[in-house]
Amino acid sequence: MSTPDIILSVDHLTVRFDASQPLVSRLLAGTGRRTVHAVEEVDFEIARGTTFALVGESGCGKSTVARTIASLQRPTAGSVSFMGVDVAGFRTRHAAMPYRRNLQMIFQDPYASLNPRWQVGRIIAEPIVTHGLLARGPALDRRIDELLATVGLAPDDARKFPHQFSGGQRQRISIARALASNPAFIVCDEPTSALDVSVQAQILNLMRRLQRELGLSYLLISHNLAVVAHMADSIGVMYLGRLVERGDAAQILDTPQHPYTRLLLNTVPDPHAPRAGLSAGARPRLSGEVPSPLSPPSGCAFHPRCPFANARCTREIPAPIAVGRTWVACHAVEEARLPPFAPNPDDLTRSGDAA
Amino acid sequence: MSALLEVQNLRVEIAARTRTLVAIDDVSFSIAAGEILGMVGESGAGKSVTGTAILGLLEHPAYLASGRILFAGARIDDLRGEKMRALRGRHIAAVFQDPLTSLDPLMTIGQQLVETMLTHLPQPHLQAVARAEQLLAEVGIPAPRERLDSYPHELSGGMRQRVVLALAFCCEPRLIIADEPTTALDVSIQAQVLDLLKRMCRERGTAVMLVTHDMGVIAETADRVAVMYAGRLVEIGPTAELLRAAVHPYSRGLMASIPTMRRRRDDDLLHIPGSMPRPDAPVAGCAFHPRCPQVMARCLTERPPLVAAGPARAACWLAEDFAPTSPEGRA
Repeated sequence: MSTPDIILSVDHLTVRFDASQPLVSRLLAGTGRRTVHAVEEVDFEIARGTTFALVGESGCGKSTVARTIASLQRPTAGSVSFMGVDVAGFRTRHAAMPYRRNLQMIFQDPYASLNPRWQVGRIIAEPIVTHGLLARGPALDRRIDELLATVGLAPDDARKFPHQFSGGQRQRISIARALASNPAFIVCDEPTSALDVSVQAQILNLMRRLQRELGLSYLLISHNLAVVAHMADSIGVMYLGRLVERGDAAQILDTPQHPYTRLLLNTVPDPHAPRAGLSAGARPRLSGEVPSPLSPPSGCAFHPRCPFANARCTREIPAPIAVGRTWVACHAVEEARLPPFAPNPDDLTRSGDAA
Repeated sequence: MSALLEVQNLRVEIAARTRTLVAIDDVSFSIAAGEILGMVGESGAGKSVTGTAILGLLEHPAYLASGRILFAGARIDDLRGEKMRALRGRHIAAVFQDPLTSLDPLMTIGQQLVETMLTHLPQPHLQAVARAEQLLAEVGIPAPRERLDSYPHELSGGMRQRVVLALAFCCEPRLIIADEPTTALDVSIQAQVLDLLKRMCRERGTAVMLVTHDMGVIAETADRVAVMYAGRLVEIGPTAELLRAAVHPYSRGLMASIPTMRRRRDDDLLHIPGSMPRPDAPVAGCAFHPRCPQVMARCLTERPPLVAAGPARAACWLAEDFAPTSPEGRA
């Protein structure tokens, strides 16, 4: 791969939250501080015009990474660099303005992220006016009409209020607002989780069309692996605050290395490859639950649930190693103890289709 | 086929301030003993209303306008108060989406299980406690004896939903209405809970009506699928056939719009334009016609009945042509 144009790079990002009792309670109970290890040593880069997806179960830290990139959360250690500028380094709101113009966000719940008392036109105009791109007047109105048309809404919709729209239409309004300041990069935190599937498909298609036409880069946060498979160029799999596998989306989905990624992929119910009734149950399952980030397990955080864990996994945090176009942090992969990945036995159509 | 539950021409209305809205209309289906029937559709399609009506839990302003519900051959839609309560929990149990709303935060897990059993099945207290412990072990809760004394907030989401399953099964019901039982859970926990539900039903011959918006869950679990759209049943048939070759254009569109793990990134997802009509703005004829790619003149005015189409039944004017002997075929 030639040197790609990197728009965002996240370097050893660590975010910890203090979840301690108040000082007096700690003194009385004789307990110490308690720290939530939300994100630990996360590294990735996103090339311009591509989609990077972070996947993982609830509480794995993916939204905290997104919030840190959007500068809504300060990193405890490590850095986020956007178009060559360190995001945490802004001292004033004014200094952060060009960065904020170029980085916008789409949230999960289109019911909560739009001001119910503002007309849609005002919601979309706000970023344009705030960043001083256009003054109020006919030019601004034309720009709003154009943005509404871009996301598949009508110019008349500018005078309506958010409650007059369905969930899918509201998410279109959120996208129009995100596009208003001509950003280069959009953080999409579970953009379709609150939507029905037929509407989800509309929004995903819209996001892909906008990426093609405007050259946008996306950071996609999703727990839905099928959505990720449809959207992402590269993927990062997170478990308990750490990236366990990262790299080319096709390679990770076809030949996942990390035992967590493998089990996650085998766990997702796929209606296009049904296994109802007879053969179901023969599939490998992830046993147990995600441990608390207050006291992550020693060594590899996945070892209590991992079928391939040994003594070394309980002691040492695995260092990342390169496998093809991906990167994986697992002792079993390093020691070549893992069997080759077997997709579900009755799911052989998958490899056939990929060919 | 001996139907355990039979729903006939069910119609639920909602009394709004100035007019009457129709939540579900002319819904008919049956569930055989031991069968898992999946019920899918988008939010507002009427899946949950159907489940609520069967449980006799419709609340003002929603009410049963017409139709009948038969359980084990006897009408239950006209049962009131105590009689319905005796049936519910004992013979028909419910599992809802959020385990925290199904569990009493002020009672221990053990108390809740024992109370439910003693209400419906009089037995010595100690025997009920022993049975509660056995049930917790069966739903895969580690250290069941200690867990009897735990409160719901001390358990994780997946563990709570296991407790809710134990509660649903504690009186050995014949039918469970499970409304989005795994929607609040992560995929790995969802798979565990679905496996558990399926295993327990198979072992006991319990029938399930599984309400979900997730076709993946249906594919994993259900024997038959019913697809609802805008308050109506548009298609019902065996899961494998429906997933492979649905008859109704809505069911087909629904399947095509689901992204798949098989990567076909070059193609856009097929999507159904527009959105489902809301009960306050009903559509004449077939409710799907404004979004249907195969709409015909007839669809605008006449409402299609649910007719046999291969192994399934579908409410679509095209379904009449579905028989292979059809002169026009289905190009």
